Amino acid sequence: MARNDRGLTALTAVAAAGILLAAAFALILAPRAAGLTPNETFAQRIIYFHVPSAWLSMLAFGVTMVGSIGYLASGQRRWDGLALCSAEIGIAFTLAAMASGSVWAKPAWNAWWTWDPRLTTYTVVLLLYISYFMLRDAMDDPARRARFAAVYGIFAFLSVPITFFSIRWWRTIHPVLFDAKNFGLSHGMRPVFFFSLAAFTLLYVILLLHRLRLERSKEAVEGLREQLGY
Amino acid sequence: MTGAAGTPMIALRKLTKAFGSKVALRGIDLTVAPGESVAVFGPNGAGKTTLIRILCSLSRPTSGSVHIGGLALSTHADGIRRHLGVVSHAPLLYDSLTAEENLRFFARLYNLPDAGPRINAMLERVGLTGRRGDLVRTFSRGMVQRLAIARALIHDPEVLLLDEPDTGLDPQAAEMLHRLLAELSGRQPRGATALPDNSNAAQPPPVGADLRGRSRPTARTIVMVTHNLERGLAIADRAIILANGRIALDASTRDLGLTELRALYDRHAGGSR
Amino acid sequence: MTFWRAVGAIVWKDVRAELRTKDIFSSMFVFALLAVIIFDFAFELRVPSMKMVAPGIVWVAITFAGTLGLNRAFVIEQDKGSMAGLLLAPVDRSAIYFGKLLSSLLFMLLVEVILLPLVMILFNLAILSWQQLVVLLLGTYGFAAVGTVFSAMAVNTRAREVLLPLLLFPVVVPVILAGVKMTGALLDGEPFSTLGNWLRLMLVYDVGFTVVAYLTFGYVVEE
Repeated sequence: MARNDRGLTALTAVAAAGILLAAAFALILAPRAAGLTPNETFAQRIIYFHVPSAWLSMLAFGVTMVGSIGYLASGQRRWDGLALCSAEIGIAFTLAAMASGSVWAKPAWNAWWTWDPRLTTYTVVLLLYISYFMLRDAMDDPARRARFAAVYGIFAFLSVPITFFSIRWWRTIHPVLFDAKNFGLSHGMRPVFFFSLAAFTLLYVILLLHRLRLERSKEAVEGLREQLGY
Repeated sequence: MTGAAGTPMIALRKLTKAFGSKVALRGIDLTVAPGESVAVFGPNGAGKTTLIRILCSLSRPTSGSVHIGGLALSTHADGIRRHLGVVSHAPLLYDSLTAEENLRFFARLYNLPDAGPRINAMLERVGLTGRRGDLVRTFSRGMVQRLAIARALIHDPEVLLLDEPDTGLDPQAAEMLHRLLAELSGRQPRGATALPDNSNAAQPPPVGADLRGRSRPTARTIVMVTHNLERGLAIADRAIILANGRIALDASTRDLGLTELRALYDRHAGGSR
Repeated sequence: MTFWRAVGAIVWKDVRAELRTKDIFSSMFVFALLAVIIFDFAFELRVPSMKMVAPGIVWVAITFAGTLGLNRAFVIEQDKGSMAGLLLAPVDRSAIYFGKLLSSLLFMLLVEVILLPLVMILFNLAILSWQQLVVLLLGTYGFAAVGTVFSAMAVNTRAREVLLPLLLFPVVVPVILAGVKMTGALLDGEPFSTLGNWLRLMLVYDVGFTVVAYLTFGYVVEE
C-alpha cells in the first residue's frame, strides 16, 4: 500500500508538472494563429485547453459505459465505482470545456454562447450525466442503484453519437478541427496541442485514481458504520 | 422437476440478504423435502417476507445458494417459476379486470393449454363462480384473497409459497383457506373435523385432483409464513421460528403442542425487539 | 412462440383495463391538447405564421403526453404490486418489456391520431398525410422504446415518476429533432424522398435502442 501511495504521489507530481508545462507552451511558446484580430489571436490559444477538455470528457463518459457494462456482466461493485468516479470527472471536464469555449467564443463570435449544434449536443451530454447523478441520488439500495445507473450509463453514452449526428445535419458555425485532410492547426501548433492533450489525459488518469481511492475509503467507512450499528 | 429420490425440493445454503447496511437474512440453511409443509413464524422484521421473496425468485440473494427441485434458482429461474405458486398479502391482481379476466391473463402467461376448464374449476374451488364477471375492484378483501389463491394455483404448482395469506380475511374466508391448505399439504387439519368425502355431489372437486378427477398422488411442498401459531401448527409438518434473520428453531410438529410452541416462540422471538 | 403469446397477453390485459377506466388515454389526450393550446397562446402573436412552430408544438405535446402515458404504464403495476405477478410467471423479462412497450405505443398513437386533425383545424394546416403518420409512428416508437425502460426504473426510485422526464428527455433528443425536422419538411411540401437521412437516423435509433433495451430490461426489473 505504501508503494502504491508513493507511486500515486509521483504520478500526481508528474501530472501537475505536465499541466503547468502545457500551460506555458500554450500561452507563450505556441506560434500565433494567422489572419485573426489581436483579441482573437490570444483567445485562440484556448484551443490547447478547450479541445483536450472536451475529448477527455467524452473519454471519461466512455469509461463510465465500460464500468456500466462491467458491472452488469460481473456484479462486482468496483465496476460501478469506476463508472461513478469517471462520470464525475467527465462532468468536471465538460464544464471546463464549456467555460473555456465561452471564453473563446466572446472574442471570436461576439457572444458567450450560441445554440449552434455542437454546443447544443454538448449541453445534452451535460444533461445526460446530470440525470445520471440524479438517478443515483434517488436510490437507496446500493445494489439496485448500481444496476440502474449502469443501464442508464449505457443508454446515455450510446445516445451521444446519434445525438451528435442528428444535430450535425443542422447548420453549424462551430469551427471544424478535423477536416477531411488537414488539421485546423498549423505545423508549429501541433506539438503543443498534442503535448497539452497528453497532459490533460494524465490529469484525467490522476483524478480518476484519486477519486477511486476516495470512493473505496467511503465504502470502507460505510462498512464500519454497519458493523457498529449506526 | 423433483430430481432423484431423496433430493430435497427446496435447499437453502448460507443464504444471506442485505439491503445496503441492513441485513435481513444471515446465513440461512434450510432443506424442505418434497411434499413437506413448513410453517415459518417470527416477529416483524425477522426476515420472513425476504425469505419468501427470495424463494419465489423476486429477490436475489446477496450470497448463498437457493435450489428448488434440484435446480439452482440463479440459473434456472424460468423453468422453476412454472412450478411455483405464490400467495402474498398483496393480491397481485388487476382491479380493472374481472375475476375471470384475471385468471385468463395468468393462464396465458403460464401458457396453459386448457385454460377454460381450469378457470372454471378454480373459480368453483374458491367459491367465486357467481362473481366471475365482476371487477376485482368491487371485491371484498376476503374475495380478493380467494381469487389470489385461485391465481396462485391455476397452473397446478408443485411448490406453494405463502406470505401471511390470512391477513385481513374474515373468519369464513380464513377457514376456507385453512381447509384448502390442509388438503394441499396432503393431510387432515389437526383438530378439525374430517372433510366430507367426494361421494357428496355438492362438494367441489378437491384442488389436489387434476381435471379428470384423478387425485394427485403426492402432497404439495408448502412454505407458509404466518402469525397464526395455531393454524400454522395444524397444517405443517415442521415449524420454524425466524428471528433477527436467523433460524432460531426448526422442529417437527408431530409432538409439538400449541402451548409449547407459544412458549418457544416467546423465548426465541420475544427478546428480539 | 410462448414469448409472443406472453407479449400479446400483456398488451391485451393493458388494453382491456384501459377500456374500462380510460384513465391513461384521457389524461394523455387532455394533456396533449392543453399543451397545444398553451403553445398557441405563447406564440400566436409573435410569429408571422403558426406553420413555423406547428411541428415543434406537435412534438412537444407528444413528448409531454407520452411521458404521462409511460409513467402510468408502470405505476399501475406498482401500486397493486402486480408487477410481482408478472415477474413470477415463467416468461422472459423482455416479453414484459415488449408487452409494456406495445401497449404504451398503442395509447400514444391513439392520442396522436386524434390530436393531428385537431391541430389541423386549430392552426389551419394541411398536416394530415400518410407520410406524417409514418414519421409519427417511427418517432413515437423510439420514444416509447427507451421510455419503457426508464419508466420501469423511475417507478422504483424515491423520486418516482418525476424522474422519468429527467432521464428520458436528453436521450430522446435525436428522435424529437428528427420528428420536428421531418414534420416541418412535410408541412412545407417537400417530398418524402428528401428526408432519407432523417428516416435512416430514426430507424437506426429505433432498432439500436430496442436492442439495448432488450438486453438491459431484465436488470431493471429484478430486485
